[in-house]
Amino acid sequence: MPRREKPKLAVFKLASCDGCQLSLLDCEDELLAVAGEVEIASFLEASRAVVKGPYDLVLVEGSITTPHDAERIHQVRRAARFLVTIGACATAGGIQALRNSKDVHEFARYVYPSPQYLETLNKSTPIVDHVFVDFELRGCPVSKRQLLEVLSAFLAGRKPVVPTYSVCVECKRRGTPCVMVARGTPCLGPVTQAGCGAICPAYERGCYGCFGPMESPNTASLARTLGDHGVDAPGLVRAFRSFNAGADPFRRESEIHEQT
Amino acid sequence: MSHAPHGPRALDAEGLAALVDALVAAGYRVLGPAVKGGAIVYDEVASGKELPRGFTEDQDAGRYRLGRRDDEAFFGFAVGPTSWKRFLHPPDLLRFRASREGHGFAVEPADGAPTSLALLGVRPCDLAAIARQDRVLLGGPYADPAYAARRTEAFVVAVQCTEPGGTCFCASMGTGPRAESGFDLALTEGPASAFVVEVGSSRGAELLGRVPNRPAAADEVAAARAATDAARGKMGRTLETAGLKEALQAAAESPRWEAVAGRCLSCANCTLACPTCFCTTVEDTTDVTGGRAERWRRWDSCFSLDFSYIHGGSVRRTPSSRYRQWLTHKLASWHDQFGEPGCVGCGRCITWCPAGIDLTEEARAVARGPVPAKAARKE
Repeated sequence: MPRREKPKLAVFKLASCDGCQLSLLDCEDELLAVAGEVEIASFLEASRAVVKGPYDLVLVEGSITTPHDAERIHQVRRAARFLVTIGACATAGGIQALRNSKDVHEFARYVYPSPQYLETLNKSTPIVDHVFVDFELRGCPVSKRQLLEVLSAFLAGRKPVVPTYSVCVECKRRGTPCVMVARGTPCLGPVTQAGCGAICPAYERGCYGCFGPMESPNTASLARTLGDHGVDAPGLVRAFRSFNAGADPFRRESEIHEQT
Repeated sequence: MSHAPHGPRALDAEGLAALVDALVAAGYRVLGPAVKGGAIVYDEVASGKELPRGFTEDQDAGRYRLGRRDDEAFFGFAVGPTSWKRFLHPPDLLRFRASREGHGFAVEPADGAPTSLALLGVRPCDLAAIARQDRVLLGGPYADPAYAARRTEAFVVAVQCTEPGGTCFCASMGTGPRAESGFDLALTEGPASAFVVEVGSSRGAELLGRVPNRPAAADEVAAARAATDAARGKMGRTLETAGLKEALQAAAESPRWEAVAGRCLSCANCTLACPTCFCTTVEDTTDVTGGRAERWRRWDSCFSLDFSYIHGGSVRRTPSSRYRQWLTHKLASWHDQFGEPGCVGCGRCITWCPAGIDLTEEARAVARGPVPAKAARKE
């Protein structure tokens, strides 16, 4: 069969910690296969050699927090045939969306001796608030397995298998007794999207909500349950206000308990 | 049949351990109680010495706490988070692998026949649950060879119930606390872990013949029977089933569905903990090179949006419609399909619901509650 030209892959980073794009480098066993199937045209974490766009597949990590990035993401979109955002920053604003409920300029005054040189936005926002996104891959960081699934699906021209149901489904499939029912450990699993493989409950910890809200999150009911397990209002604010603080269902629930 | 012993037999603690070892020696993968993650689960038992002793639990809606007994009982607890479908109808099952060959592809079947299973400690409600799944997965137009491969040869050691848990209601569903059939051997644990053993099959008799046992004394048999009879009155929950199917089917528009949706997390825990829920989804994946593909079958739940996704979107978009689908399937439309309820009264959906939603309470409220005029007009 004649070899088709390899699709060009580019990875871009905005406000983020690099952990999600590192998940791609972390695909040790599959990395050579990936390099065999795509031309890694721009991936600064891996190589300084950059091939110009347009690109067939663009992975974007990070959120929009500066006027510069708010411009740049439009250039990225124009260069991308298929744009996939990866991780909690790119899909929900990330941990830096904690600024959204506070005054970021006040933070800057505490941290920087000369904050007047900073150009920053009041809010940290996901990419989808700025440009059209073809697919969002959740997680803080993304799951290596799901990242490979998205790449494989793109290459095969099929829909990726990335379920949007709760983390509870993964706990039940792997046979982990529910930490909330069996131990009274507060857990965000029932309102959090699957994808991590339910790692934390397997180590007897509650879910921290790294993968953001599941498809139909009943955060109000879970907040009542967490309250029954001893989580007070400030604790509820903190529980819903972490890596996915900017995701609407979590943001709204945290605001409700801030007022009580 | 000729060498089946007549009448009930008796085993002591050593005899039980020897029974496990005899099953292992006969090549079975023995599955039985194990303490894991703060609960009594079912897991692989490598030898009779491994069986946990002296454990119990406290169960209520949304609450399970492992505890210690003041004796050394082997089966001093009700059912835990695991059900036997985990082994008979596994949560993740590879159906086949395929690899690209030239312009076509070659299919490799999934791994061959699984090791024969021995299920140790099957409660009467769970025996009934296995029978419900048998009806769906062993026969009829949708028989599942993967289920048959595990189920047909499975050796079943039942344990009659003498101490039901806080969310149990098998007596209401007519599935317990005593099983009369569906097992190879059935044990009733008496004081000081002396077991009365009922023999349900010739292979049960044959296996029992390989371990030290004796005829059960008449008073032991009477005490075992009295203990299971007494268990009937110790159920943590009850459900009136007379007229329930009709009442639920007439209450499609009950306001209670919306009320319960305010609590329901749509997390799917109830369906995955339920020993009769059998729904699965199929996932097809390819590798990065596109040279290999796999088809997996995984447990699914009617609480997910994807479950009812057809062209144009999901049919059951609201949590109330999903809860209604689940509850009415268990307690009403299962009758229409299979002539019996899909619920066996094990109480798992009540205990393992993080929000503590009680199926018996909801069913009662829906069946009893005010039915709006427009529902009454239906046909």
